[in-house]
Amino acid sequence: MPAAIEIRDVHKRFGELHALSGIDLEVPQGEFFGLLGPNGAGKTTLISVLAGLVRADRGSARVMGRDVRTDYRAARRSLGVVPQELVFDPFFTVRETLRIQSGYFGMRDNRAWVDEVMHNLDLASKADVNMRSLSGGMKRRVLVAQALVHKPPVIVLDEPTAGVDVELRQALWQFIRRLNRDGHTIVLTTHYLEEAEALCARIAMLKQGRVVALDSTANLLKRVHHLLLRLRLVGQLPEELRPLEHGSTAEAHVLRLKSFDDVEPALASVRRAGCRIEDMELVQPDLEDAFVEVMRRS
Amino acid sequence: MSGFPTLLYKEVLRFWKVSTQTIGAPVLTAALFLFIFGHVLEGRVRMYDSVPYTAFLVPGLVMMSVLQNAFANTSSSLIQSKITGNIIFVLLPPLAYWEFFAAYVLAAVVRGMVVGTAVLLVTLPFVGAEFRHPLWILPFAFCGSAVLGALGMMAGIWAEKIDQVASFQNFLIMPLTFLSGVFYSIHSLPEFWQGLSHFNPFFYMIDGFRYGFFGVSDVHPVRSLAVVAAFLGVVSALTLAMLRSGYKLRH
Repeated sequence: MPAAIEIRDVHKRFGELHALSGIDLEVPQGEFFGLLGPNGAGKTTLISVLAGLVRADRGSARVMGRDVRTDYRAARRSLGVVPQELVFDPFFTVRETLRIQSGYFGMRDNRAWVDEVMHNLDLASKADVNMRSLSGGMKRRVLVAQALVHKPPVIVLDEPTAGVDVELRQALWQFIRRLNRDGHTIVLTTHYLEEAEALCARIAMLKQGRVVALDSTANLLKRVHHLLLRLRLVGQLPEELRPLEHGSTAEAHVLRLKSFDDVEPALASVRRAGCRIEDMELVQPDLEDAFVEVMRRS
Repeated sequence: MSGFPTLLYKEVLRFWKVSTQTIGAPVLTAALFLFIFGHVLEGRVRMYDSVPYTAFLVPGLVMMSVLQNAFANTSSSLIQSKITGNIIFVLLPPLAYWEFFAAYVLAAVVRGMVVGTAVLLVTLPFVGAEFRHPLWILPFAFCGSAVLGALGMMAGIWAEKIDQVASFQNFLIMPLTFLSGVFYSIHSLPEFWQGLSHFNPFFYMIDGFRYGFFGVSDVHPVRSLAVVAAFLGVVSALTLAMLRSGYKLRH
C-alpha cells in the first residue's frame, strides 16, 4: 500500500530564499498529520509542491504513490486542498461553485454528493446564494467543500481555521474527524497548536525549509522536560524562587520546575517565607511548549 | 473524464451571467458607430464602386466586435482570477495545459460569435447587407476570435495588474483593429499605408470576413485565410508554451 504522501529530498528556491531545503516526509494512509512551523517555515510551499502549484527544483513528491509531475492527473485526483486565503469566484452561487469544481475533476452527475457535502458543512440553506453575499465563515466552509467534491483520499488543510469563529471551528473539526475515521488522510497546518495537539497523531515541525522534528504528538510532548507551577500569593515570592520564574503575570507567579519532585520544596519555601497561597495550579507541558523548545534548539 | 467541458462551460457561463456588460454594451457601441458614421458619410462615399458606405461598414463592425470581445473574454477572466486568487480552482484539478488553452479560447470564440451575431442582427435591418459567400464568413470569424482569445490569454497570464491588460488592449489590439480596414478599404489609402496594412494580420481577418458579404475584397480570401490561420498557429504555439512552462501561473 503506497504512502498517502511521500516527499523525498525536495528543494525549492525563490531567488535568494531557500524555501525548502531537502524535505523528506512520509505520511501513511489514514493518518491525521500535522505540519507546524513559524511563518515562512515553508509549510505552504510544501503543500503547493504537492498540489502542483509550485514546481520543486529537486526531489520528488508523490500522492497515493503517484508522482505530482509525471503522473499529475492521478496525483491531483487523489488530493483535496483547502487553501489558506479566503478566495472565491464572485460570478457563481455555492451550488454552481461546487458542481463546477467537481466537473473540473471529470465528475459528472455529482448532485447527490454535492448536496451531501453542503448538508454536512451546513451550507444547504445557502446553496443558491451568490458567493459574494456569504460571510467569511461561510466562504471558508465552501472552500472546504470545494476540496471534498471530488472525493479525494488525501485532504490538505492549510490553516483552515484562521479567523474563524469558535462554532464553525468546532463544526469543521467534527466533520474532518469523521472524514479521517472514514479513512481519509488529513494533513493540517495551523497556528492553533492546541488544535494540532488534539487532532494530530503525528507532527512534523518545519523551520527555514527544513524538518526539525518529526514524531508522534505524544513523543513530542515528552521532549519537554519541565512543568509549570502557577501560584497566586498573599505576600512576596521568596528570593530563592525568583530564578525559577517563567512568564509571571501581575495576578500570578509562574515557576518553571524540572519535575514533580521540585513541587514540594517550592511550596515549602513559600511557607517558610510566611506567604499564603490563594490559588495554585500545576500546568503540564503542551504542544506549544514542545514547539518553542524545538524551535529554540534547532 | 476530462475537466475540459466544465472549464469551457464555466467560462461561457461567466460572461453569460453579465451579458448586459459583455453582450449588450458592445452591441450598443457598434450600433452607435454605424449610425454616426453612416449619417456623416452615407451618400458621399461608395466602396468597391457600388457598395453603400453603411452596408460596407456592417461586416467591419461585426468583425471588430468579434475580435475585441474574444480578447476581452480571456484576458479579463484570467487577470481577475489571478488578482482575486481564485485561479487556484483551475490550477488544482487534473487539467492538461492544452485543455486549459482549448477551454479558454473556445469560450472566447463563443463570446465573439454571440456578440458578432447580435451586432449583425441589430444593424442588418438598417442597411440590408448581402451574403454573397456565407461559407467564407464562418472560418474568418472562428479563426479571428481564436487568435484574439489566445492573445487575451497571453495578456492575462503576463499581466499582474488590470491596467497592464488595459494597456495591451489600448496600445496594441485597438490600433491594430482600427487600422485594419474596419471603416475603410485599404485601396483608399496612400500606397505606403496600403503596403503597411499588409503587415497587420487583423486586416486579413476583416478583409476575408467582408468578402463573405460582398464577394469583393482587397486581397484574395484564400490568401487572407492562410495568413490568419498561420497567425493563429503562431499565437497558439506561444500561448501553449507559456502554459506548459507554468509562466506566472505555477512557480
